[in-house]
Amino acid sequence: MLSRRIIACLDVKNGKVVKGVRFRDHAIAGDIVELALRYRDTGADELVFYDISASPENRRVDVGWVERVARGIDIPFCVAGGIRSVEDARAVLHAGADKVSVNSPALERPGLIDELAAAFGVQCVVVGIDSLRDDDGEWRVREYTGDAARMRVSARRTLDWVEEAQRRGAGEIVLNCMGSDGVRLGYDVAQLRAARALCKVPLVASGGAGTREHFRDVFAEADVDAALAASVFHSGDIAIPELKRWLQAQGVCMRPGCGGM
Amino acid sequence: MSVALVDSGGANIGSVRYALQRLGVEAPLTRDPASIRRADHVILPGVGAAAPAMALLREKGLVDVLRGLTQPVLGVCLGMQLLCAYSEEGDVDCLGLIDAPVQRLQNSDDLRVPHMGWNEVTACAEHPLCAGEAREGWAYFVHGYAVPVCAATLATCEYGVAFSAAAGRGNFMGVQYHPERSAAMGMAVLRNFVAL
Repeated sequence: MLSRRIIACLDVKNGKVVKGVRFRDHAIAGDIVELALRYRDTGADELVFYDISASPENRRVDVGWVERVARGIDIPFCVAGGIRSVEDARAVLHAGADKVSVNSPALERPGLIDELAAAFGVQCVVVGIDSLRDDDGEWRVREYTGDAARMRVSARRTLDWVEEAQRRGAGEIVLNCMGSDGVRLGYDVAQLRAARALCKVPLVASGGAGTREHFRDVFAEADVDAALAASVFHSGDIAIPELKRWLQAQGVCMRPGCGGM
Repeated sequence: MSVALVDSGGANIGSVRYALQRLGVEAPLTRDPASIRRADHVILPGVGAAAPAMALLREKGLVDVLRGLTQPVLGVCLGMQLLCAYSEEGDVDCLGLIDAPVQRLQNSDDLRVPHMGWNEVTACAEHPLCAGEAREGWAYFVHGYAVPVCAATLATCEYGVAFSAAAGRGNFMGVQYHPERSAAMGMAVLRNFVAL
């Protein structure tokens, strides 16, 4: 049976891992490869490296660290941030990443998703969506969330974008619910459930994990394929081996971590 | 021992090379027929779609080179599918070395396609590729097409229906999962392969 995935997200800035709370107030957390190996050893099913400075500043991902990660780990990983063209994606995939995730550049030019899917296959193409509920009750997409000064509201409704991204060739969607991000009060189950109803490709929940119950709830109630978290893992507040053991006991199918579960 | 990694044009085939390096095996990426024929072991990796991948093999003059190999050959993911007779993806004839078709995974409300993530693999044949730690365990899959269970199946996985997680005929073998991204299970199958 296909397991649900636990994904650790490492925000990368200037070649170091950071974690922003509500996308502000960054602090360096550690060496990329060292952290990648630590997560691999604790049983993370997948890693996402999000270069939070690349997209707003129009910088490309430095593929040097991508290659170092690819040489070191034997679990899948995805690189997000700074991928604006097929050539950018090719450089990252050639360096050894399994998938690339596009966010703001796909909002600027949705045809990028079609181009990436045609060049590399849908299985390599992840579309990341930063979403927030507006005062009128509608979820809308946010752009350039890596930079507080440039962040802006897109005119797109989140659920419309979930559908369009799939139509264009997204092989997976990561829905980052910004209202929940960094506050550890749980995933936005209502929004994820609405996205799930429209999402025929794997859906990854992001934003809000604080306790093991939050993971159970998002799998059980929003039927997501994977749950992504950062700060609760980085701080050690939730240890992945214990989390996976507990989720398995709660009836969520998990891959046993290293050293058994 | 020499291992040739066929440069099939896929984007992230470097990962297979790194996995072999972790086992202490250097596997140069090559499209040179002589280097491929000379190698003790040949790996055909592949990501992307079957039709363009077959077109590339034809364009590079590698179809007959691969068909003529007598040393152990391992197809990985799309590479395994290319070893088969025919693929529904792009309606294309493949290398015909493993007598099986490649069919689209059917999606439904419960089964999203591509099949992406970690799933359980169980060997169903006594074969050195699937021996020891590679007999059963969790492996990482990313694919929308699969080889159904058939006479060549060496290991199965289930996603709605059972399909071939590994298959082989003679010196030609393939795994549908990504050994380079399948932790202990993946390293075991690569270790088994290079020991053949």
